Amino acid sequence: MKEDTIAAIASPVAEGGIGIIRISGDDALAVLEKVFYPVRKHISGNIPVASEEKLTEEADISIGAYEKRKKEMFLPQAISETGGLPLENRRLSYGYIIDNHTGQVIDEVLAVAMAAPYTYTRENVAEIYCHGSVVALRKTLKLIFQNGARPAEAGEFTKRAFLNGRLDLSQAEAVIDLIKAKTDTGFDAAMSQLQGGLSEKIREIRNNLMDALVNITVNIDYPDEDIEEIVYSELLQSLSQIDDEIAILLKSAGTGRMIKEGLKVAIIGKPNVGKSSLMNALLKENRAIVTEIPGTTRDTIEEQVSIRDIPVVLTDTAGIRETEDTIEKIGIERSKETANRADLIILMIDGSSSLTPEDEEIISALKEHRLLAVLNKRDKGTIISKSQMQTLLPKAEIIETSVAYGEGIEAVENAVEALVYAGGVKPGESLLVTNARHEDLLRRAQKYLADAEAAVKAEEPLDIIEIDVKESYTVLGEIIGESVTDDIINEVFARFCLGK
Amino acid sequence: MSYFVMDEYDIIVIGAGHAGCEAALAAARMGCKTLMFSITLEAVAMMACNPSIGGTGKGHLVREIDALGGEMGKNIDKTFIQSRMLNMAKGPAVHSLRAQADKELYHREMKKTIEAEELLHLKQGEVIDLIVEEKKAAGVVLKTGAVYRAKAVIIATGTFLSGKIFIGDAAYESGPNGLAPARTLSDNLRKHGMELRRFKTGTPARALSKSLDYSKMIEQKGDPVVVPFSFLNDELEKEQISCWLTYTNDKTHEVIRSNFHRSALFSGKIEGIGPRYCPSIEDKINRFSDKQRHQLFIEPEGLETDEIYIQGMSSSLPEDVQREFYRTISGLENIEIVRPAYAIEYDCIDPLKLRTNLEYRDIKNLFCAGQFNGSSGYEEAAAQGLMAGINAALRVQGKEPFVLDRSEAYIGVLIDDLVTKGTNEPYRIMTSRAEYRLVLRQDNADLRLTEKGYRIGLASQERYDRFLEKKKHVEEEKKRLETTYVTPSQANVFLEEMGTSPLQNRITLAELLKRPQINYQSLSQIDDKMPQLSSHEQTQLEVQIKYEGYIGKQMAQIERFQKLEGRKLPEDLDYEEIDGLRIEARQKLNQIRPVSLGQASRISGVSPADINVLLVYFEKQRRLKKQ
Repeated sequence: MKEDTIAAIASPVAEGGIGIIRISGDDALAVLEKVFYPVRKHISGNIPVASEEKLTEEADISIGAYEKRKKEMFLPQAISETGGLPLENRRLSYGYIIDNHTGQVIDEVLAVAMAAPYTYTRENVAEIYCHGSVVALRKTLKLIFQNGARPAEAGEFTKRAFLNGRLDLSQAEAVIDLIKAKTDTGFDAAMSQLQGGLSEKIREIRNNLMDALVNITVNIDYPDEDIEEIVYSELLQSLSQIDDEIAILLKSAGTGRMIKEGLKVAIIGKPNVGKSSLMNALLKENRAIVTEIPGTTRDTIEEQVSIRDIPVVLTDTAGIRETEDTIEKIGIERSKETANRADLIILMIDGSSSLTPEDEEIISALKEHRLLAVLNKRDKGTIISKSQMQTLLPKAEIIETSVAYGEGIEAVENAVEALVYAGGVKPGESLLVTNARHEDLLRRAQKYLADAEAAVKAEEPLDIIEIDVKESYTVLGEIIGESVTDDIINEVFARFCLGK
Repeated sequence: MSYFVMDEYDIIVIGAGHAGCEAALAAARMGCKTLMFSITLEAVAMMACNPSIGGTGKGHLVREIDALGGEMGKNIDKTFIQSRMLNMAKGPAVHSLRAQADKELYHREMKKTIEAEELLHLKQGEVIDLIVEEKKAAGVVLKTGAVYRAKAVIIATGTFLSGKIFIGDAAYESGPNGLAPARTLSDNLRKHGMELRRFKTGTPARALSKSLDYSKMIEQKGDPVVVPFSFLNDELEKEQISCWLTYTNDKTHEVIRSNFHRSALFSGKIEGIGPRYCPSIEDKINRFSDKQRHQLFIEPEGLETDEIYIQGMSSSLPEDVQREFYRTISGLENIEIVRPAYAIEYDCIDPLKLRTNLEYRDIKNLFCAGQFNGSSGYEEAAAQGLMAGINAALRVQGKEPFVLDRSEAYIGVLIDDLVTKGTNEPYRIMTSRAEYRLVLRQDNADLRLTEKGYRIGLASQERYDRFLEKKKHVEEEKKRLETTYVTPSQANVFLEEMGTSPLQNRITLAELLKRPQINYQSLSQIDDKMPQLSSHEQTQLEVQIKYEGYIGKQMAQIERFQKLEGRKLPEDLDYEEIDGLRIEARQKLNQIRPVSLGQASRISGVSPADINVLLVYFEKQRRLKKQ
């Protein structure tokens, strides 16, 4: 019996270190060979690019710039002259992770292939030591999933190690604890990410699939009932609509980021302080991925953006008060609520005029939060000083801006990035892994849907079509932790009048 | 009251309905001296509700029962008066055979078969108690004081067990169809520690055919070519009787609506839980109020009676309302009802109390089947009866249980659903309940199951030989098709005729058969070596070749499924002792006691993480044992 090949990021994610991806299972070595392109750079010195010095320097420059430089330096053609060496068992090789579909170089890495049984899991194991850029790590992992591995479940490497006799008996309890602990935190992480629009969107897509499934099921199981026959052209249309919706979700994930998840940044402050302008400025400088997210609270606006390659969901509480006459209750309450849900708060204060009672109330509510305080409207004067602000908010990072003139935006971005990597907020390992898992599941759902559409086009009978539609439905359910079990049958009876 | 021991048997079956008959026949055919009781012998294989066998999912069950050596398929083949293969346009996995039966004849033929079975005795009598010794079933006690001892007992009481009929305001103790109920047994089962619950079902009115105007209805004829249920029959020819279709209308709905308050269903008198898939007409109108009309089928009850069955119109409204609303329907204006529609409530158990071999967990050698287990339908009952009979016989013979899994048969899906997930309403099989539907087709039930039936000593030699022959023919012909090439010059004229694209290069006949425009028969035009195959065999070949890709996918899924099924769990494990399992999982596992990790994974409340914890736990135990 073949064991599935699993993969995951095996190291804590932090800037500057090395990110390790581990692959385990029967196909682990084959998967590695598909994505990893070893070169004999150190031995032959034949690669006409980047000197060792330059590589070292680059560790210190920002991620985005590094990516850009690397693309220029390591063109696949340059590598191919000396690359493609065979991997040796248990020997570290130097080379590149190359997207085997686009030919794009993703990262410069060290990799090792270890044949079973002398490995951690006693299965074939491959490990890739990535440069450590979070983006490269994610891209590499994604590529691995596209090439035959599936995301590892919580504690699965260790579980396999134990089941295959690699770990000592005394470690059994520890293994169980690990499965439990990882499941619990993994679950929390997944839930917190899903509180945004993603789970709602997936539910919506799933409901549409459910409609199709229920119709197919009732057609199959109740041939005698007074029920409309399924029209293939209509079925195809609804399937391809669902396909499109998944494609939109995946498109946002295409650059390694998922729509409606990532770091939640809430911009809070009284009206007209410049929240919307800051949001727009951040959106303008950084590529906005989606403009509007349906299903979120009417009073808040959410935008997806990537700041320094960190996926961020910006929440603007704008509109809270502008539409309301009674300022007090809603504004403050809503701010508190948004603050509680956010990973990071940007509190905006008008630095050109003195604090209003409203400002003070917000400040006192957020005093204990770790946040970025932005003193805006510096172009109009300095009534509140930076140090004044620091006394009010001892835990805050204070930045002065003039958003209207585009000043200080970069400082905000720097501060967001710094806070993320300094551990001020923790996207953590689970965030990344869970994302990759979601993406993988979405891709699989899409694949099944494509198969179903092909079957409809080929005019295959309904029961054949149903197989892939149901698979797609099941896989989407895995993202939000819902199983298929009986819900289709329940829906059939809820929607149709059936029976003798 | 004095008690006296009458006799001793290997196996005693309580109830002679569709479950009881299969159970008793299977046990006797496997060599066990078997005794079956029925409150009245008129109730043997009685079709208390609709006069048909089969349909979606149900037809699959009948084919599987037949493939294993059961009786239902053969009996309906002898007694059908109309036959149709449903769902022909919807794919090979859901083609479903359904036949209208002559009810009286169905009962008589089954009774004849039972009476002819050497080791099987059928007796009229009401069982009022079980003999349970040291937590083992050891016989039954009759109302008359007669005691029969046995090595195993099978309960298949159907709706007789504390049956109660509801028609409008009226409610009275009764078995189905006006027969006497089993009043005393329930209390004694409770005394033995069995928990009982109430389920409910219903049946529409019967009326006289001569009172109907068929000119106002739509005729439904049988198929011109009849496909038999039993794999032992090649072809069946018979004159068929039609069914008729008509619809309710606004007026019908109005009458029913204005009498909602008189329905036993809405007055709260019925405490039993009814099935969603056969709602009463008042329930349909209540829940789907925007539906303009509901269809009803007029189905003959038999050749020797003028009674017809009104499918789609079960009700618990009073008789006067029944007559009033039936008479609003086109073609039914002068209807003469001879048996009013009724709802019936009965005692049954929670099937979570059963093992996968249908043995009651807390009383050894006690097996249960049919509506008593919370299912509904003749076919579901028969399937369980067969499995209960087989397993009781295997127990008596000291052999291992016979359990089918979800990838092997609809019977496996049915029983696994019942004993693993339980049910909150009378359970009905549906093709959508089967994960591996494309493999579990009704056309290949013999290929899936006959060998197994033969091995346990149930399927006859004749059946086994037929199976071997069919298997050989299909395999040989498949191989020939896969290795015989045709060239463009041989095939292109034919292909053009069939409206499909011409060949550029040579291709195998099997590849050609995959084209939707081409069926096996048509290939004979370019294939002069084609052997004479039966229609069963041709269907088999076509499906296997045309859907090869999809079937392959499902086979891969089945392989993964069976991996977890293969990890057996010890019977006596205390899940409370296992650290790391969540509390809900511990409780559920202790309650249901799954036999394998696969079964455990299907229990609601047991998460994938719990399964991992179990995996690690068992590896630990294994190593501890080795030390």
